[in-house]
Amino acid sequence: MFAEYSSSELLSIFAMQGVAGLILFSVFVLMALGLAIIFGQMGVINMAHGEFMILGAYVTYLTSHVFSTYLPDFFSIYFILAMILAFIAAAALGALVEWAMIRHLYHRPLDTLLATWGLSLILQQTYRTVFGPREVGVTLPDWLMGSYQLTESIELPINGLFVMCLALGISLAVALLMYRSRWGTQVRAVVQNRPMAGAVGINTGKVDRVTFALGCGIAGVAGSAFTMIGSTGPTSGQLYIVDTFLVVVFGGASSLLGTIASAFSISQAQSTMEFFMSGSMSKVLTLLFVVLILMLRPQGLFTLKVRR
Amino acid sequence: MSYQGFRSLLPKKDLYSFLVLALILVVVLPLSLDIFRLNLVGKYLTYAFVAVGLVLCWGYGGILSLGQGVFFGLGGYAMAMFLKLEASDPESTKIQSTPGIPDFMDWNQITELPFFWEPFYSFGFTLLAIILLPTILGYIIGVAMFKRRVGGVYFAIITQALAAILTILIIGQQGYTGGVNGMTDLRTLHGWDIRTDNAKYVFYFVCVFLLFVCLFIAQFIRKSKLGRLLVAMRDKEDRVRFSGYDVSNFKIFVFCVGAIFAAIGGAMFTLQVGFMSPTLVGIVPSIEMVIFCAVGGRLSIIGAVYGALLVNFAKTSFSESFPELWLFAMGGLFIAVVMAFPNGLAGLYNTYAAPKVDAFFAKLFGKTPVSHSSPPTPLPSKPTNTKTESVTLPQGVVHEQ
Amino acid sequence: MSSNTDFVLAVEGLTVSFDGFKAVNDLTFYVDENEIRVIIGPNGAGKTTVLDLICGRTKATDGSIKFRNRELTRMKEHDIVKAGVGRKFQTPSIYGDLSVFENLEISFPRGRSVFGALVFKRDEEVISKVHEVANMIFLGDQLDKQAELLSHGQKQWLEIGMLLMQDPDLLMLDEPVAGMSVGERQQTAELLRSIIKDRSVIVIEHDMQFVAQIADKVTVLHQGKILAEGSVDKVKNDPKVIEVYLGH
Repeated sequence: MFAEYSSSELLSIFAMQGVAGLILFSVFVLMALGLAIIFGQMGVINMAHGEFMILGAYVTYLTSHVFSTYLPDFFSIYFILAMILAFIAAAALGALVEWAMIRHLYHRPLDTLLATWGLSLILQQTYRTVFGPREVGVTLPDWLMGSYQLTESIELPINGLFVMCLALGISLAVALLMYRSRWGTQVRAVVQNRPMAGAVGINTGKVDRVTFALGCGIAGVAGSAFTMIGSTGPTSGQLYIVDTFLVVVFGGASSLLGTIASAFSISQAQSTMEFFMSGSMSKVLTLLFVVLILMLRPQGLFTLKVRR
Repeated sequence: MSYQGFRSLLPKKDLYSFLVLALILVVVLPLSLDIFRLNLVGKYLTYAFVAVGLVLCWGYGGILSLGQGVFFGLGGYAMAMFLKLEASDPESTKIQSTPGIPDFMDWNQITELPFFWEPFYSFGFTLLAIILLPTILGYIIGVAMFKRRVGGVYFAIITQALAAILTILIIGQQGYTGGVNGMTDLRTLHGWDIRTDNAKYVFYFVCVFLLFVCLFIAQFIRKSKLGRLLVAMRDKEDRVRFSGYDVSNFKIFVFCVGAIFAAIGGAMFTLQVGFMSPTLVGIVPSIEMVIFCAVGGRLSIIGAVYGALLVNFAKTSFSESFPELWLFAMGGLFIAVVMAFPNGLAGLYNTYAAPKVDAFFAKLFGKTPVSHSSPPTPLPSKPTNTKTESVTLPQGVVHEQ
Repeated sequence: MSSNTDFVLAVEGLTVSFDGFKAVNDLTFYVDENEIRVIIGPNGAGKTTVLDLICGRTKATDGSIKFRNRELTRMKEHDIVKAGVGRKFQTPSIYGDLSVFENLEISFPRGRSVFGALVFKRDEEVISKVHEVANMIFLGDQLDKQAELLSHGQKQWLEIGMLLMQDPDLLMLDEPVAGMSVGERQQTAELLRSIIKDRSVIVIEHDMQFVAQIADKVTVLHQGKILAEGSVDKVKNDPKVIEVYLGH
């Protein structure tokens, strides 16, 4: 399939698709990070994760609306505030859901999966009722438009670049939180031995709630970032949920590094193949490939070998 | 089969529930509904095939598949391919640029029937494919996953991914599959018009008959030692393994049985509804099939049939009058069936209605005679599954801690 | 790798490492026909891991385990069971949703394939064997009870009963009296004495009084290695053992 392209053409194709892949990668990372925290650390399958992301997107949409109507002077910085609001909204909803639903189902992962699927349906219909069935988009501030001309044939869109930086920054923050903070130690203690953690005075219920809320909050930020590169509809979240779960499982559920590595390989594979075949076929092949690898290596890419 | 064997397969209680269901499906509904509504019931019953399979896989085996739509689709598409070929004879497709091939192929500039369509000219092959394709696929997935001890949520996610993959594939390859519209305009089966009321009556009863065949197979599995092994594995997989059983083989078996049931349902769907499309294959229909099973009661094969019927009745009537509310209702149903009544309708029935019904029957027939079929030792009674924790599997992966 | 022996179980050079940590390190020991071997050792000594390795739950990194001169290290778990090795877990591992009868029945060594399980018939042979075992484990009158409803001690007995249904040549018990009341402990000791006849047994136990009652030979494990081996009195007075148990 490479025969009809010259080597320099191939190089720039790979570079261009590489850049597109990097943006996809950033979205995957942002979505998968929240999921990896919730699934990897708590063992909870949150099928409504995509809807938490969309909540963040809608909050961003509302904020941009408010700014452009009432505070046009500050429009160029609305995005920062929007992301904070998106985080708060999604995290608050997450805490509520954990309190009302998840905490009763910790020993029944399959049932959690079904219940959160129900939640996702309810949220989707809520969005449809409130915001209408049409997709909405936000106006980007000027400084996020345009692109850098890297070489003659390679362009870097600025909004994409910004999303990449965001993904990088949030990954770092999460890594610091999980592996360097006292709270992260508590989370990992609860994961490894819940009764013992409780016995040494950790409020395990609270740790669970904060962990779940944090994961949802990150999804909210992901949704916020998502508005910069695509429009948002009530069911946009569902489009990504399978890919995101595969990213998390493929990476080895309890490893942040694994999550990032698997997001990278899946997004790069998909976007590179996209140039040579239809989008749907490249997605089919990518997903199939991931499923096959998972069948051969069910524990994912990165994992600790421990005594059962 | 001896009388005694029959009684141990269908104890009095189960026999009554089989008879009541048969009465409803064979007598009450056909007499009280017009053919349009009866055809709808027939359509709902095709989902019941999937739900019954899920009772075995999920309720008994603890294996939650979120990809049953794949098998439903395999059966449905196999049947649709046969019917489509029959509807695409050169005479009725002579206005196409390539007569004799299905219309959607012609629209997609395909000029020759693809090789994998050829065998579907044969009805025998089609019937064989409806059984064999899901068995083979189920076996491959089962071997790959269960031999490596993947289970629980990992299995659920991977089967869900398979449903997504198949949907994208079908939609993307519209020249070979009919794409997002599916295979429509199916007309005749061996020259017999399947769109007439007459044909719909026949298909309804064929569907009910096949459903009862599946129910009997499920009941046989449930009552055999294999059924007890599934319950035991769900609880303490290692103990079963270290009692000398190759646990994965049992899971593969029950997953394949569920796959075959689903495929039969899919084929009956195509025959009764007259089309097959990717909207019946993907993530959403697959997980909805799980809810049919959960509403009926994940441990009750008869309950699964009622679950499929009731949820779909509700769906149809809601969508007719309050389409907005349906997703709320469906979402609420998912949450309620998990949190409030995890044993579904069957659980509610056993708790509240069963004592009264038993009393009623006792009154009706006088005192229940002592069963002369009881073996020399008291058979252990089937435990009631009120313990919800036991329905889940531990985290599936070998090295997970 | 190793030669054939007269021993029922010959463990030679057995090593397993988890990411470099050697939970069991170059372990060698032999169990005779009809011998009762007790393994003791402080927490984390690798006792349970040794049982895991023998029954195939954990794969060995190196070394050999021979049962009646058959190499077990590369066999599947269920094949090891079929070869005649039975194992009881540390926490009672029974099927809570099934009745006591059904729990025992599942361990009856017949109909272990998919097809075999489908056509399995509960005939006279099965029923009488279940009754025989149930009476041995003091549950003769509880056959219809849902196993979940049994007391902790009764669950331990039920699991021992499930092993008796299998009738293994080598029986491995992981802390069979842990968590039992004094009365249950006494009954269990009697039960064990009656079932360990005519077979080889490996027991992990902490209760030294109990160990002294049943053991032919004691192996003391420490940090994955054998610290001492011999009669109860010999290891009890071994200065190294005392040091490990009492600390510095």
